Amino acid sequence: MENASKMSVQNLDFYYADFHALHGISLDFHENQVTALIGPSGCGKSTLLRCLNRMNDLIPYSRADGKVMLDGENIYDPNVDVVTLRRYVGMVFQKPNPFPKTIFENVAYGLRVNGKKDKGFLREKVETGLKQAALWEEVKDRLNDSALGLSGGQQQRLCIARALAVEPEILLMDEPASALDPIATQKIEELIHELKENYTIIIVTHNMQQAARVSDVTAFFYLGKLIESDLTETLFTRPKLKQTSDYITGRFG
Amino acid sequence: MSPKKQTGKGRRNREKIIRFFFFGVALASITTLFLIALFLFVEGVPIFKVVSVSDFVFGKYWYPTDDPAAFGIFPLIIASIAVTLVSSVISIPLGVLTALYLAEGASAGVREWVKPIVELLAALPSVVIGFFGMVIVAPVLQEILNIPTGLNLFNASLMLAFMSIPTICSLSEDAIFGVPVELKEASLALGATHWETIARVIFPASISGICTAVILGMSRAMGETMVVLMVAGGAAMIPTSLFEPVRPMPASIAAEMAEAPFHSDHYYALFATAIVLFLFTLAFNVIAEQISHRYRQVGAATL
Repeated sequence: MENASKMSVQNLDFYYADFHALHGISLDFHENQVTALIGPSGCGKSTLLRCLNRMNDLIPYSRADGKVMLDGENIYDPNVDVVTLRRYVGMVFQKPNPFPKTIFENVAYGLRVNGKKDKGFLREKVETGLKQAALWEEVKDRLNDSALGLSGGQQQRLCIARALAVEPEILLMDEPASALDPIATQKIEELIHELKENYTIIIVTHNMQQAARVSDVTAFFYLGKLIESDLTETLFTRPKLKQTSDYITGRFG
Repeated sequence: MSPKKQTGKGRRNREKIIRFFFFGVALASITTLFLIALFLFVEGVPIFKVVSVSDFVFGKYWYPTDDPAAFGIFPLIIASIAVTLVSSVISIPLGVLTALYLAEGASAGVREWVKPIVELLAALPSVVIGFFGMVIVAPVLQEILNIPTGLNLFNASLMLAFMSIPTICSLSEDAIFGVPVELKEASLALGATHWETIARVIFPASISGICTAVILGMSRAMGETMVVLMVAGGAAMIPTSLFEPVRPMPASIAAEMAEAPFHSDHYYALFATAIVLFLFTLAFNVIAEQISHRYRQVGAATL
């Protein structure tokens, strides 16, 4: 882990009303690396991911204690503008959720809300985004068709293109392939490989083979606690704790 | 036959009886409605032996008891359209904006309290709203604007707006609240503010539901009888200003039906007026159905 930490979670606790969902999490995410968050359902991995762009702010009566540093700045500082933060920390969701608009407008959306109006600029960024998401060749002739007419895998790549178009620095992915078939999943995984050249990627996954295939670092969560985190290769071959090895070998969870 | 098979047969028969029962109930209500519509036409059509359809619909004079009588319902049609449009101008923005606030702006606590209250407003009997317009609003309008009567087009529209706001608000709120949270999150995650998300994603995604709500609200205003009977003023004239008395179709029918001799021309003319009213509200409902259907199918890709 020689390169600098892009984002660093420091002693983070998170509560949904009375439920204590995350217990004192500390974890660093490094530039140009893919970090996978794994663990059984309800272990807090998605909650942690949604803390990183403050998507959890939407949940009434929820509360976060602790720090999440992005380039040395605490994103939970009262002075931080959540809207600006989310431009730097993009997100791809579990279920493909394209807007009921055209393919073009889906990708241009983030640029438009950020005040970009120039047609040529938008066209260029939309093309770049779609190419980065390996979707351009499939949709270049029907940019003005509804995004809802695409297949599930295409929709998810469209959502990735949409997130990339605003040029974030970090990309959060919440089980991005869980609703997709194996071929679409493979495409998304290849994409993650390519994207890490330019982005810091944090991915939540239920699928341990997927974590092993795509990530550089893996963190294992259980019951709201970070149990163990290490280089993916190390964690999957020589886990330090029995709990981790039980989980990755499928003995529980 | 084995006991097993016998029980099976008994249960199958019970299923058949239950299905037959439900079919009967559904058939009864649909047949009744159809018969009412049929009756409307049977009782209304004979007037067209006395006046032509175009003279009836576009005739400017409604003097049903004069000799010779004039059966032109154009002023009544204009009155109905006018009160519906003016009330919509008031009720659509109020209803839709209230719905947006309740679904998106209000905290869960406020929403939980205010939504049932708005829906309760729909339970106010129309005679109560009419009474309010007659006793409170009319004198105030008359006083402030110094006009001959406070019972006029504007007063009726205002009261009708109060009647359709709960419909518009409640149905719109359902449509807005029904927009998947995933879409909202996708927008926020791209750095859109809450209000940008409402304007660019939530509102467009719920527009078909909102249109349906609006049209059903308008259809309610057009068909409403008691309020217009009480506060519209009752003059069968084409209005030239907002503050003139008018006589919308339902008011005319309700006021005159008791006096019209059975199977007289006047009686037939009132039924024919009801046919016209029915066609209007039917058109509103068909449009509402079309809008919600079309947008649902294309998935609002036209946005």
